[in-house]
Amino acid sequence: MSSGPKKLPVRGGDRKPARVRPYSLTGGRTRFGHVLLVETFVAALEAPEERRELMNGCLSSRGMPEMQAIVELCRRMRTVAEIAALLRMPLGVVRVLLSDLADQGKIRVYGTGTAHGAGRPDRALLERVLNGLRRL
Amino acid sequence: MDSVAFRNSVAFRNTVTDAAFADTAFEDSEADLKAWQTDRTRAPVATKIVVAGGFGVGKTTLVTAVSEITPLQTEALMTEASEETDDLTATPGKLTTTVAMDFGRLTLDDDLVLYLFGTPGQQRFWFMWDDLVRGAIGAVVMADTRRLKDCFPALDYFESCGLPYVVAVNHFDGSERFEPEDVREALTIPAHIPVMIMDARRRISVIETLLSLVAHALDETPE
Repeated sequence: MSSGPKKLPVRGGDRKPARVRPYSLTGGRTRFGHVLLVETFVAALEAPEERRELMNGCLSSRGMPEMQAIVELCRRMRTVAEIAALLRMPLGVVRVLLSDLADQGKIRVYGTGTAHGAGRPDRALLERVLNGLRRL
Repeated sequence: MDSVAFRNSVAFRNTVTDAAFADTAFEDSEADLKAWQTDRTRAPVATKIVVAGGFGVGKTTLVTAVSEITPLQTEALMTEASEETDDLTATPGKLTTTVAMDFGRLTLDDDLVLYLFGTPGQQRFWFMWDDLVRGAIGAVVMADTRRLKDCFPALDYFESCGLPYVVAVNHFDGSERFEPEDVREALTIPAHIPVMIMDARRRISVIETLLSLVAHALDETPE
């Protein structure tokens, strides 16, 4: 390391305009009726016997063991990110499959800390988080 | 995602064999289970904080220092655009690569769970952030004074989308110490945004950083 205080590089010196890509992972097949953020909780729903038979004959559940693996995992409360991690599947793929499972009534998608999964947490939630962190 | 990419994804094909194994290999032990995990009738409130910064700056270290679970890793497939055009619509020979993202969890109350997502900071990963920042409390932008430029894209991004953020300078043993105000000046960070020197290995230091971010986000949220 050289002697004397080092100069830190200054941001914006060779600035190109900041640009946010108009690209979304969740485009394509996912029907975005269900808001599936990385932290969104999902859980399996127990289907009544007769409905279960119907669904077993359903094309999308046959030959799709990963759908069954997801339902299996969802016997506990899980987040979208957790399912992707445990099954080692890309997030985008998990979102598509979860969306299908929700459409079939096999899993329930819960809301997150922000209303409709958009925008920012409100003050009440931020204060709860602050208090929770202080207790750690 | 088109069906060919979907079918050809290695991760997808490995799922069948991994599924049964994954559940036991990565699962929390029964003793560590939180009450909310086994109650399927109601979900806790889920919220998240994004941890961003350059390669090797200590994102995973920070997440590991406070997480109640061994951090998990998720992957997203990304399409690599050509460096010259950087235009995703006009790349016939698309290459897909995976981008890894670490996350940890903190149960803050019976019905309140905070997730920490560590995400790569390069500009070419911004497509992931659009999704990630939705509904987030804010971001911790990690900086290493030996490679300060690595955090510029993250700062640019959070400024452009208006997400509350703080700057956490992870101090590495043996590296030169800078004052927070020197770093603030170099990064052109406005006075009301916290800039702190911290140690990502130390739980207490990480909790202080998170507290500072949440307090800042609260300041930025209208009554």
